[in-house]
Amino acid sequence: MKNKSLIACAALSACLALPSLAQQQLTVVNFGGANANAQKKAFYEPYEKAGNKIVAVEYNGEQAKVKAMVEAKKVTWDVVEVESPDAARGCDEGLYEKLDYSKIVPKADLLPAAVNECAVGIFVWSTVMAYNGDKLKTPPTSWADFWDTKKIPGKRGMRKGARYNLEFALLADGVKPADVYKVLATKDGADRAFKKLTELKPNIQWWEAGAQAPQFLVAGDVALTTVFNGRIDAANREGRNLKIYWPGGIYDLDYWAIPKGTPNKDAAVKFIAFTMQTPQQAAYAQNIAYGPANTKALATLDKKVLDDLPTSATNAKEALQFSVGFWADQGEALEKRFAAWATQ
Amino acid sequence: MNAPDMAPPRAQDSHAPGALRKALARAEVRRKWRAFSLTLPLLVFLLLTLLVPIAALLQRAVENPEVANALPGTMRALDGWDRRDAPPAAAYAALVGDLARLPDRSDAGALARRLNSEVPGARSMVMGAYRDLPFEGTPDAIKERLLGADPRWGEAPFWRAIAKNGARWTPDYLLASVDLQRDALGQVERMPEEQRAFGGILLRTFHISLVVTLVCLLVGYPLAWWLASLPARSANVLMILVLVPFWTSILVRAAAWIVLLQSEGLVNRGLMGLGLIEQPLALLFNRTGVVIAMVHILLPFMILPLYSVMKSVPPTYLRAAVSLGSSPIAAFFRVYVPQTYPGIGAGALLVFILAIGYYVTPALLGGADDQMLSYYIARYTNVEVNWGMACALGALLLAATLLLYGVYRRIGKAELSLG
Repeated sequence: MKNKSLIACAALSACLALPSLAQQQLTVVNFGGANANAQKKAFYEPYEKAGNKIVAVEYNGEQAKVKAMVEAKKVTWDVVEVESPDAARGCDEGLYEKLDYSKIVPKADLLPAAVNECAVGIFVWSTVMAYNGDKLKTPPTSWADFWDTKKIPGKRGMRKGARYNLEFALLADGVKPADVYKVLATKDGADRAFKKLTELKPNIQWWEAGAQAPQFLVAGDVALTTVFNGRIDAANREGRNLKIYWPGGIYDLDYWAIPKGTPNKDAAVKFIAFTMQTPQQAAYAQNIAYGPANTKALATLDKKVLDDLPTSATNAKEALQFSVGFWADQGEALEKRFAAWATQ
Repeated sequence: MNAPDMAPPRAQDSHAPGALRKALARAEVRRKWRAFSLTLPLLVFLLLTLLVPIAALLQRAVENPEVANALPGTMRALDGWDRRDAPPAAAYAALVGDLARLPDRSDAGALARRLNSEVPGARSMVMGAYRDLPFEGTPDAIKERLLGADPRWGEAPFWRAIAKNGARWTPDYLLASVDLQRDALGQVERMPEEQRAFGGILLRTFHISLVVTLVCLLVGYPLAWWLASLPARSANVLMILVLVPFWTSILVRAAAWIVLLQSEGLVNRGLMGLGLIEQPLALLFNRTGVVIAMVHILLPFMILPLYSVMKSVPPTYLRAAVSLGSSPIAAFFRVYVPQTYPGIGAGALLVFILAIGYYVTPALLGGADDQMLSYYIARYTNVEVNWGMACALGALLLAATLLLYGVYRRIGKAELSLG
């Protein structure tokens, strides 16, 4: 609440400010929640100390808003945090400006997946299995356990939709992490994933917003849940004892992108370059357990922070990289199939 | 009138009344225009904010410019193709030629998105070819190169999607919204079973709305009756109980229901404390939670029309029926209830029509199979950015509402009175 009112104050004062000042202010759009708080501490506040003005706006990943702005040629968002399939599609459809990496950060300093024509990766996050360490005495040891309601009784929290769940279903069905997308791309593989999901269907409690999953765990509504790893970290910072099962986690990046036609393009590039520098990237990872996209920042972090990141060697060992291409191609059809499946 | 001898004096005399009549008519027209001009702001407002957007929505549901704009040469090359096996090499050459002529990359992106919603995977094929431009050589060499990059180029479905979408207008979105599609030769057929989603979702939307309407009627009718029979002062106080929730934000009420219904919530803890249940009931993130919250939110829309109709029913009729020998229950159902039919009709229609458009409550309190049509409209608008599909589903919802209203008018044969 406090942060929101601060943001509102910033927005209000920005509106009242003189036009000359208004030119220096930048509208940055993020996904809100614990992630936005970490960005505020690591990116916005230090950037504002240098005499710039940031107006932070929260959204839910709706690309339709960006598309409407770009098509109407009235772009009021300068920098937008986007998920990987939206970065790829948005770039193809001309929603985002092309980036000149010489003005941002050397490509060699970044994780390979962070480099995109129109978007630069900010951090690595992961969708993982988690449980409440206080309530669950026999922790899960595989994704098959997620499906095994005899061994671990109780409901299972899963994200409402096809994404991630199909991958997890195949992992539980014995597919190796490296083969998941290969199998899922075939008709038989998709059938197999849905069939496996059907087994668990009566025991699934669906979540939609990232904050719901840790709440379900804390309230005891579910015994196991899929969740974004940073949300578990945020809950543990508030004194909970939630635990993550890392193998089979699906990691992905969030990106910065600049909507095409923004009048503040240069300032937007400068801001992005600032956030991609080593100290800011390291500060971000210290505020929330998401891995920095800048590999140099990784080296500066101490072990305690590293242990919680999806990018640490132990955590990433059996992880699965989210396939942007697969979901950009198959997402619409699979989500529709999921809607049909949910009715059956 | 027809008598000839009457004509001359009439013609003479009618000069003045004629002018008067004209003046009267003119005054009448002026008055009508004045009255009309008072409604003009609202009319313009409705036109601009309701009719124009709805027309645009309906247009978008059948509009299909992407393929026709981007691939005119390919369409010509596909002319005469039997749509069964892979098309002639000339089509491959024409396709890369068309791609090369596109003014901007975003045109290729729009084309890729359009084709991908027909054939999953077409996005990466089109964008891959676009990135590989320019292509040189004979049509056969181009075909070889494309097939080498991605064997899916040899499959017919992708080419069929292009051939089918060459026209600027398409019934495909509307067909898809009722689980139909066109086959290779343009014949309408049912979708493969695992893709049949919207028929079920539409049925589910109607089912939830019907249940909510019935529960609202069953709960609201006695309350409205009681309110209407109370003296004005106490009725006003009790009306506050109806109106305060009515004035509270839907989001606040949905959040309150989450607090109440969760497994450690007030309801479950209360029932367990009373020893009525052993295990907490599953009240949230399923149909139960959705129906409870929707009934709570929509109840005032049932009670208020019922109340206003019941207020106008003279209580003496009921007393007269009883004094003439009817049992109180028979008198209630045969004398009182029929007089409240307009209120029942108005309330039920209002609740049902509001319910079929519900979005927030099922999204917050429902599971994956409790989402109503609006959820998918929002999804296609915001997440998939397939606005044609969103508009087609919107048109479906609009048609359902209009149809319902038509049925009501036909069966009810009464003018709608909403209070």
